[in-house]
This record gives sequence, structure tokens and C-alpha cells, in this order.
Amino acid sequence: MIRLQNIHKSYITGTNKLHVLKGIDLHIKEGELVSIMGSSGSGKSTLLNILGLLDNHDEGVYTLNQEEIKAMSETKAAKLRNNLLGFVFQSFNLISFKNAMENVALPLYYQKVARKKRNKTALEYLDKMGLKDWAEHMPNELSGGQKQRVAIARSIITQPKIILADEPTGALDSATSVEVMNLLKEINQSGITVIIVTHENDIAHMTDRIINLKDGRIESIIENNKINSKETIRVPQE
Amino acid sequence: MFDRDKWQEIFSTISKNKTRTVLTGFSVATGIFMLIFLLGAGRGLRNGMTSVFAQDATNSMQIYGGRTTKAYKGTPEGKRIQMVNEDYLGFKKSIEKLDVISAMSYIPGAEIISYKNNYGNFNVSPVHETYKEIKNFEILEGRFLNEKDIKENRKVVAIQDVVKEVLFPKETAINKLININNIKFKVVGVFNQPSFDDNSREIYIPITVAQNIFNNNDHLQRISFTLNDISVDESKKVEQFITYQMAKRHEFSPEDKNALWIQNNIENSQQFAGLFSAIEMFVWIIGIFTIALGVIGVFNIMMIVVKERTKEIGIRKAIGASPSSVVGLILMEAIFITAASGYVGLIAGVGLLEVITKFDLINKIYPPAAIYFLNPQVDLGIAIGATIVLVVTGALAGFFPARKAASIRPIEALRDE
Repeated sequence: MIRLQNIHKSYITGTNKLHVLKGIDLHIKEGELVSIMGSSGSGKSTLLNILGLLDNHDEGVYTLNQEEIKAMSETKAAKLRNNLLGFVFQSFNLISFKNAMENVALPLYYQKVARKKRNKTALEYLDKMGLKDWAEHMPNELSGGQKQRVAIARSIITQPKIILADEPTGALDSATSVEVMNLLKEINQSGITVIIVTHENDIAHMTDRIINLKDGRIESIIENNKINSKETIRVPQE
Repeated sequence: MFDRDKWQEIFSTISKNKTRTVLTGFSVATGIFMLIFLLGAGRGLRNGMTSVFAQDATNSMQIYGGRTTKAYKGTPEGKRIQMVNEDYLGFKKSIEKLDVISAMSYIPGAEIISYKNNYGNFNVSPVHETYKEIKNFEILEGRFLNEKDIKENRKVVAIQDVVKEVLFPKETAINKLININNIKFKVVGVFNQPSFDDNSREIYIPITVAQNIFNNNDHLQRISFTLNDISVDESKKVEQFITYQMAKRHEFSPEDKNALWIQNNIENSQQFAGLFSAIEMFVWIIGIFTIALGVIGVFNIMMIVVKERTKEIGIRKAIGASPSSVVGLILMEAIFITAASGYVGLIAGVGLLEVITKFDLINKIYPPAAIYFLNPQVDLGIAIGATIVLVVTGALAGFFPARKAASIRPIEALRDE
């Protein structure tokens, strides 16, 4: 699904050049649940941004869903993000003046789905998250866990191939964190590749593979027990 | 472009910042209001002035005798130039492109005019029948003087409507006999004439009657005529021609500016038209600058809006908003604010002009000015022009902020806490 070969990325701030990623080689298969760990400054967010087509890499080859990603127009990147990727953020990033249902429906708006249909679909997804009764509520009326569940519903409404989660539990207490992780695991079990960036060990250990980043390089890759692997617990879908 | 979501989003941001939006819109509305009102008022002024000056046909000229200021061929300065019938006949024959010509004489002494017990002091002007082509009369009843009246020395009279009100407050005037210096004249017509002078009370009698009965001479006070199809340059040549002819006949220096007074309405009306074009242009400049200020306000607000919504725009882009959809969002908001508030200004400006016309406000506030102000209005062309200006400026005010919004990188936007 995702193949990175010798990815480099630098940022230029004024006259300084900051070399953030110094040659990343990585292969993530379809349906994997992977976590990326590292201290701040290790380049994990940059890596996620490149994976999520939110930023361009300088060097190397990035293949996403059998397609090589090169410098492309914003419009094309937006379309790929919309069709292929779903994002979950630490700070939820819901739009404050839209209610839960409208937030969930927004990606479908950019797919030009009719209003009624996308609101209906959004309600279904909110129902799956156990938030049907909260559909009309504004984000500031929801708890952190609820907000993150709305964000997750929004990320999967377009039925993407990959979910990219940037510290999805960073702003949540431990009980809610477990709930959110279970949701992400469920999503993963439906066949969607899930990549989680985290700095929490217990969260990372709930994934199949932990990729440790240090100073822009992959320091180690730890294979967890295959409790989540497709072979053992593949739940038939639909 | 017209889907509900975009509008909903525009209204939700506008309603979150009501004061800011209203203040911004106010500046645009003021600009359009000023433009429309000033243009309408300018048009009213032009209409008013034109109707006042229309008492003389715009292709007419008038000649009055003056007094010489230069000694010439043995005659000392200060000689009075008295025009006579011969001058009138001479011009009638010799001026090229002449349309109609009329002389005017005068009757000396007090002019007491009466009918039964009603009487008044009115201005009696003896003229030719062609005078009605030179002044813009509106005949209300009967007719003006005609050729036969002149030729046959008929004692007939055409009176102004205000004169009729004094002499015949309760009855018709036509065919009644009125006394002018104890001579009876038959009323043949009642007319109305536009004038600067509210006190104008005119009575016209055949010039031949005045010369034969009252004066017993052939003196003329003024000669008026109209010219066909004439340019300003040609009219100046006619002036020169008249001066030379008169100078020869009455023996004064053709260089003497005071021997003869010539009122050239062709030149005057052209200067007038130029003056009003200049006023109109000035108004446009003021209006456009005022609108420009308003638009800069909108531009500023949209920059702030984009700044405030950086994160939201980042989210939208992360979940698949294309740059063009972001541009559309900001652009439409800018156009909406300008167009809506501009429309308010347009309605207010047109409304004020309507109110002024409907309730005759100028006449109530300052009556003397009222005749110089007629039918203030903006035509459809100006309204359409203003609308186009609005949409274009709205788009301009939105374009740069929108471009800025479109260039927001999602990662930076999402980091923006």
C-alpha cells in the first residue's frame, strides 16, 4: 500500500537548512495497523505529513496505492486525499460552526454528494460511533472523546484506504484513549490501513508494528505479537 | 456557485462577526449612495438649468444697442446706438442660415393694464409673430400673435398665465378687451414661459402697433433670431458679421465692444453643456474614490477573515477541498458583502432622490433654488454601471485574500493553534 524509498525532507528557515528526514525506507502493507514513535523533533509528524500528501518530499520515491507520488498540483493532491486518505488529529480539528453531522458530511461535500444523501450517510456513521443523538450538537458541546469519535467518523465516511492518525489520544484521558484505540482497531479490521503517530508506549503496543524514529532515520521496527493480523482475526465484512 | 452549503458557510461567518461586517458594508454603501445621489442631483441641476435657460432657444442670438466707448470718424465716444427697423430688415436679408428673426420695440411710460376693475403693472413687449420660435412658449389657450396681426396693425395681445390670473381671475380671457394705456386690445392667447424670474409678467403685442400707435418711430430695443444647424465657430462669425454691418450702418468702430451687445446662446449653451459634463465627471471621481475606500475596507476585512479561518481552511484542505473551492468561498463572501451593501446604498440614493422629487423638498427648504433643480434621477445605465462596479470591486477585494487562503498549506494551518 505504502512504499517509501530513501525519503529525504529538509525545511529552510531563513538561512538555515533543517534536514528532518534523512533517508526513510519503509513498506506498509494493506490492512496493517502501524504506529510511528519518536521523541519530538524525530521527524514523525513530517513523515506523517508526507504520507498524507500534506507536504512534498524532496528526494526519494513514495509509492501510494501503486501510484508514484511526485510533485503534483494542489487540486490533484486534494482529490487524492479526499478519496484515499482519512485524517484523525490530536486536536480533533472539527469546524466549530458546524454541527457534528455537518462535520462528518464535509468530505462528501467535496465529492459533490447531494446534501440530503451526505447528511444521511453522516448520520449512519455517527450511529456507528454511538453518537446519533449528538448529531445536531456543535463541537463545543461535545466531550473530548465524543469529538474524536466525530473526527473518526469524518475520516472514514469516504471509505478511504488509509487512516492517518496524528496523536489521536494525545488530548484524551486513558479510559477514552482506550475507546478511541478500539475504534481505530475496528476500522483496521474492516481492511483499512491505519497509521498512528504517537509518543505513548501503551498506545504503540496496541498496534502490529512500531516504527521508531530518531533524528530523521528509522532506528528500529518492532513487530508486536500478531494478535491483530489479518490471518487470525479477520472479521468478515458486509 | 449557488449551492446552499457555500451560502450557509458565508452567512455563518458573517453572522459571527456582525458588527465588523456591517461597518465594512457601511463604507461601501456610503460610496454607492454618494455616487448615486450626486449623479442624480447633478442630473437634476442640469435639467433645471436647461429648462430655465430654455426660455431662449439654444440656437438663438440677441442683439441690443449699446453706447460707444471709442471716438470714430468724428463722433465722440458715448454715442448711443439705436437699432431701427432697417437693421431688422437688413439682417433678415443678409444673415446666412437664418431661421426666424424677430425684433422687439418698447412702449414708453407707465404701463397700466386693466380689465374692468382688475388692473396691474405688466411688462408689455411689442414683437414680431416669429418671437414664439425664439422663446419657448407654451400656449395654454388660443394662439400667439400671427403674421396678419403684424401686417394689419391689429390691436391684439397674448398674455402670460400669471397676467391672466390677475385680470381674469374668474373668467376666460380669450376675445376679451383689455386696456393698455387706455387703448383697447383683444386677448388672442394665454401662454406660459419658463423663466429665472418669478416675477415675469409678460404681455406681447404686435410690434407694428406699438411703433405706430405708442411711439410713432421705428426704434427697436432688441433683435432676436435663430440659426439653423450652426456650430459655435459659425455663430462667432455671425457675431462678427453683425458687428461689421452695424458698425458700417451706425458708424462706430467695429472694435468697440460696448457699442453693441450680442448674446450668443449657441456659445452659452455649449459652455453650459461642458460645465455639466465637468460636474458629472467630478461626481464620478468622488464616487469612485469613496467606493474605492469602501472596497479597501472589504479587502482588509477579508484578509482578517482569511487569517482567522486559517485553521478551518487547513482542515478543509486536509479532507479534500481543492484550492479553487477555497478561492470560491472567500471570493463569494467578498462579492456578497460588497454587492449587498452596495445595493443598500443604491436603494438609499435612489430613494432619497425619489423623496426629494415626490415631496418637492427643495421648494420647501429653499424655494429660490427650486427652479434650478428638476427631475433629479439616475438612469438605468448608471444603475447598471454601479452594479458592475460593485461586483468587479467586490471580486477585486476578495481576490487577493482568496489567493492567500488558497495558498495556505494544510500542515501549517493545522499547527496554527
